[in-house]
Amino acid sequence: MSSLQGYVDRPVLLVLQDGRAIVGTMAGFDQKSNVVLSDSKERVYSADEGVEEIPLGLYLVKGDQIVLIGELDEEKDRSVDLSTIRADPIPPIHY
Amino acid sequence: MLIFSVFKTLTDQRVTVELKNDLSITGTLKSVDQFLNIRLDGIKVLDEQRYPHMMAVKNCFIRGSVVRYVQLPAEHVDTQLLEDATRREAANQTKR
Repeated sequence: MSSLQGYVDRPVLLVLQDGRAIVGTMAGFDQKSNVVLSDSKERVYSADEGVEEIPLGLYLVKGDQIVLIGELDEEKDRSVDLSTIRADPIPPIHY
Repeated sequence: MLIFSVFKTLTDQRVTVELKNDLSITGTLKSVDQFLNIRLDGIKVLDEQRYPHMMAVKNCFIRGSVVRYVQLPAEHVDTQLLEDATRREAANQTKR
């Protein structure tokens, strides 16, 4: 199993099927890759404004909604000024 | 099952994964599981100008169900062997 164990208690970025990006601390997961995030925030990207962070708190994301889970380099993440980033949201998955 | 085995032989190689949301990610293949979920290390998004979302991500877990293509290093794939194996498997399946 290409396990998610290494991500527990680490800051992660979740990309969902509808294109949303959520950052938080991975609190837990199960074999269906359902994931619990603590202190999570949604990052809303837009082409004409900086990134908006919406606090979500404790979140459970169903595994089948997940596209990708990335481990964040905290230092690098902090060094990025989100208000200067202009980008379209990640496109949604289409089958 | 066969493709799972092929991916296992490719661990520690650089591969490019294209997702069904058109994102392409290059990285070192760290592991695969039976769902073809993929773990990549040292990742780089192909069009970083357009997709700065993953700037601070160093390694990632990609859900197998959202993968469209995986570009493999040709020199590490024995195409002849793979062709033989797929045909053998297909033959076995029609027999059943």
